[in-house]
Amino acid sequence: MSQPALKTKADAVVAAFPSPKSATVLPLSPSEPARAGRLLAKAGGRARQVAVNVLPPLVTLALILLVWQMLTAKAGATLPSPTTIWAESKDLITQPFFNFGPQDIGLGWRVMVSLQRVAIGFGIAAIVGVLVGAVIGQSVWAMRGLDPVFQVLRTVPPLAWLPLSLAAFRDANPSAIFVIFITSVWPIIINTAVGIRNIPQDYRNVAAVLRLNSLEFFWRIMIPSAAPYIFTGLRIGVGLSWLAIVAAEMLTGGVGIGFFIWDAWNSSKLPDIVVALLYIGVVGFVLDRIVALIGRVATRGTATA
Amino acid sequence: MIARPYLKLDQIDKSFTRGGRTSEVLKGIELAIDKGEFVSIIGHSGCGKSTLLNIIAGLTPVTQGAVLLEDREVNAPGPDRAVVFQNHSLLPWLTVYENVRLAVDKVFGRTKSKVERHAWTLHNLDLVQMGHARDKRPSEISGGMKQRVGIARALAMEPKVLLLDEPFGALDALTRAHLQDSVMQIHATLGNTVIMITHDVDEAVLLSDRIVMMTNGPAACIGDVLSVPLERPRKRLEAASDPAYLKCREAVLRFLYERHRYVEAA
Ligand SMILES: Nc1ncnc2c1ncn2[C@@H]1O[C@H](COP(=O)(O)OP(=O)(O)OP(=O)(O)O)[C@@H](O)[C@H]1O
Ligand SMILES: [Mg+2]
Repeated sequence: MSQPALKTKADAVVAAFPSPKSATVLPLSPSEPARAGRLLAKAGGRARQVAVNVLPPLVTLALILLVWQMLTAKAGATLPSPTTIWAESKDLITQPFFNFGPQDIGLGWRVMVSLQRVAIGFGIAAIVGVLVGAVIGQSVWAMRGLDPVFQVLRTVPPLAWLPLSLAAFRDANPSAIFVIFITSVWPIIINTAVGIRNIPQDYRNVAAVLRLNSLEFFWRIMIPSAAPYIFTGLRIGVGLSWLAIVAAEMLTGGVGIGFFIWDAWNSSKLPDIVVALLYIGVVGFVLDRIVALIGRVATRGTATA
Repeated sequence: MIARPYLKLDQIDKSFTRGGRTSEVLKGIELAIDKGEFVSIIGHSGCGKSTLLNIIAGLTPVTQGAVLLEDREVNAPGPDRAVVFQNHSLLPWLTVYENVRLAVDKVFGRTKSKVERHAWTLHNLDLVQMGHARDKRPSEISGGMKQRVGIARALAMEPKVLLLDEPFGALDALTRAHLQDSVMQIHATLGNTVIMITHDVDEAVLLSDRIVMMTNGPAACIGDVLSVPLERPRKRLEAASDPAYLKCREAVLRFLYERHRYVEAA
């Protein structure tokens, strides 16, 4: 790789740009508790609450950046330092949605493309997973027979499915979607099945006395009662989907965020890769929080039975 | 020809088999109940009262014998035998109104219009004085209130037989007395046929027309049936000093603590 070029650039930037983040964030921390204390007297614990929640991550972030900068600023470092990344990939960070032609688009657009694939693959996995899980959870024998199979398939890494998937679909996009589906469906099935098995006998009795038919039983009893379990499965599943999409796109191409990383690696743009990693991390975090939030809203009643 | 009973338990046996071991719980249960009658079942813990109630409800299959309602065998659960479960069994994700409405929609979906079903739901909630809490969820109301909603849900099905499994077991004495009065009043107004399991001798005597006393398990059967010759409507305080009341109370106590003392399983 082109290490000499990277190195010289890094040195130049460090000189002109003495670690901006650590300089602004670190001094804030000693004064903040005092300020929070004064606010506490007036506005109650609210400001303190915010400070307690926001400060530690900011301090940690500053420390990480500082250590990172120190480790990579030296001559001969193989990885880019924060300042290098800022200098070289500023446009990627600050402008997620530029569009300069088919392969030169902002990371926001790329994330959108990847999210679209995840939406399809994960959407199918959610529907199939809940339905299959519901059927399996209803039957002791299906559970006994299929659970070991699922437990084995569950551990297969996403990329291991890709060759089979490519052979079956002969096209990159459906293959990527299939890999997402097959990676994320297992935890959904398993958790749904456990949730269905744990439906209290009382609710089954109520359904029996009311003579609910299977469709009504599914919607009125099964889904709400198993919802906490189902959402645990969905949350694990969405995380796995996001893991799978990046890996799959690296191999199948296209304009997703995964392919971007592969492309950046091939053209030795390490700073771009770091920025893409940040995007992936943040998006994965947001996805997880969204599913968790939906779960919390949807299971309002059930959790406090 | 003898008049046919409304509800008949015909030589019911019940045994559970688990892991190759069979345990006999009920043996030769024979009972006839008239329409509009209020029958209590009393017996020591574990003798099989809930099992018997679940058999009548159709939730548990019999091993031998049959349950006949209006001369027809019933062996599956249905809204004509509504159950009020010991632990209320309200669906926690539905509001008080929705819990009752679910039953109303299911039973009267074809015969009543939407407006009528709404009105009928509210009517039954008012019957147990729960109209004010109709938009609350079960987790937001007290135990006694939940039990009321459970009763409203059962009543809303207009069941032929109302089955109550220790409906007030988990409640404090005051709430309990209050709900007992409600049930007595509802029974007086609607004339339902009611079967109630209880551990409480006073509750049994005050509410019932007849008290069915069960022997201890295994292979429990009906040890004795006591008629309660008290005039209705019954008043809690007046009844307590009525000689007939005291006599019934003594008879039940004598049965439970003398003739069929609770024996600890060896
Ligand atoms: N599904 C079952 N499988 C095996 N045994 C059972 C089952 N259900 C009940 N039993 C047994 O049947 C007996 C009677 O149980 P049941 O719940 O009917 O008693 P109960 O009279 O209602 O007691 P309690 O007053 O404590 O509620 C018990 O010994 C119990 O262990
Ligand atoms: Mg019981």
